[in-house]
Amino acid sequence: MESHERLSAPLVLEYPFTRTTGPVIGAFLTGLRERIVLGIKRKDGTVLVPPTEYDPATSEALTEMVEVEQTGEVITWTWVQEPRDQSPWDRPHALAMIKLDGADTPLLHAVLVDSPETLDTGTRVRIKWREETEGHIKDIEGFLPVESKND
Amino acid sequence: MTDVNVPSSLDGVEPVQSVRTPIRMEYTFTPGVAAQTYLREFGNKKILGNVSPIDGAILVPPRGADPRHGALCEEFVEMPHTGHIGSYCVTNVPIPGRDLDLPYISAWIFLDGADVGFLNLVAECPPEECRIGMRVEAVWKPDEEIGMTAENILYWKPSGGPDIPFAEAGVRGWHARKQGETNA
Repeated sequence: MESHERLSAPLVLEYPFTRTTGPVIGAFLTGLRERIVLGIKRKDGTVLVPPTEYDPATSEALTEMVEVEQTGEVITWTWVQEPRDQSPWDRPHALAMIKLDGADTPLLHAVLVDSPETLDTGTRVRIKWREETEGHIKDIEGFLPVESKND
Repeated sequence: MTDVNVPSSLDGVEPVQSVRTPIRMEYTFTPGVAAQTYLREFGNKKILGNVSPIDGAILVPPRGADPRHGALCEEFVEMPHTGHIGSYCVTNVPIPGRDLDLPYISAWIFLDGADVGFLNLVAECPPEECRIGMRVEAVWKPDEEIGMTAENILYWKPSGGPDIPFAEAGVRGWHARKQGETNA
């Protein structure tokens, strides 16, 4: 058999999806565009952020959306030293589960600090909004420690 | 739909109803032995098929195995550049990312002598004249643009000549031949 250099080529799969959001996610994203965060209240009074249309435990339809605070607490986190090409963030950052004040469930987002040494479980953070918001989770650029000098 | 109550601070603002969630995956594709052999010859304007070691079925494009039997296919044959339409679809609705003039025809092309078809474009043919069994031939890119890529063949066009009878067109041909063998 003839010897050849092995063939290889880039292959890109791309789907330009647009999803309809429904009444709850739509309201959540509307809130982000207006720079507020909405959760949804369960029957027992606890608040889900991000909101879901149905109670994850009982499957009841949920309808009562409430605004929560723009500050919260890091529940757990990991450090991303080298973000991948398609990451929304292009520099090292933490990915954290953040429980906003007024919410009972945590939200996954980035904490924009320069090194993992400056972050701990329990660190207080607040939202850093993008300059232009459009109704997308990326309207939140990330979270900053409340005491951060970058404030 | 259940009515959802939102805080009054959102009264009167335009509600978000959709969100863009594009998905993109980047691969490095490394073809296996059969696909490499096929692509190198395709770059010479030759179309190869695999011969099944079990029953001699011709499989185009070659995948290196007969999937019906899990049998290794090591024999290649060169195929003609003519065939027929086994089945087809006329597309009248634009698809994002597909830059083709509407309407266009996609068809399962069965090369002469092949036992399986592959999906490709048919052009130089009004949709109302397209039919199962219609004979077609490959329209290649100009020679200087030929490479080891599926884009070598621009489309397939009607080549004239009598149609393959419906009952023997496409995969029906497989069953028709089987039937013939049984009766022989």
